[in-house]
Amino acid sequence: MRATAAEETQTGGLVLLALASWAVPGAGHLWLGRRSKGLVFLIALPAMFAFGLALSGRIFSFDLSEPLAALAALADLGIGVTYFAAGALGYGAGQVRAVTFEYGNAFLIVAGLLNSLVVIDACDIAKGRK
Amino acid sequence: MASHLLLLVVFSFFVSLVFAVLTKDDVREQIRFGVLLFGGFVCSAVVLGWLMYPIPL
Repeated sequence: MRATAAEETQTGGLVLLALASWAVPGAGHLWLGRRSKGLVFLIALPAMFAFGLALSGRIFSFDLSEPLAALAALADLGIGVTYFAAGALGYGAGQVRAVTFEYGNAFLIVAGLLNSLVVIDACDIAKGRK
Repeated sequence: MASHLLLLVVFSFFVSLVFAVLTKDDVREQIRFGVLLFGGFVCSAVVLGWLMYPIPL
């Protein structure tokens, strides 16, 4: 069965919404008019990520020879553009010897995972499930 | 900043805030759920910490 033009437009809009929501935490909620929620995500999630960087956490890169590091990279990537911006600016090298290294990693990984939940929530709202 | 307790509190704050805002729509419910989550995080960590205290490193 072929999708109608309206359904295809809706799907395209949903993909765009998901991408925006992933790239900038809270952007999806702001787009959908949930301003207060969007603002909280926009401030809290990058702040959590920045906290992780300040704690000498490491932004993991995709290395398939180390499956756990690849999974951590996938989780880190959940934060969106901030992941690439931090890498480009030279942050996230990680200091293994720092006392707060593992704490920093936890902050970075959880910030990415929470943003993934935010993306799913934005899609649910757009689909009318919430 | 290497205080384990402070880092635990900051981590709990962020996670509770995002979860509360994500799952509840009403502001009162968000505050109630957020405070409950935050307390749960901190208390369970402190209790678990004390339970592990007698266990040798």
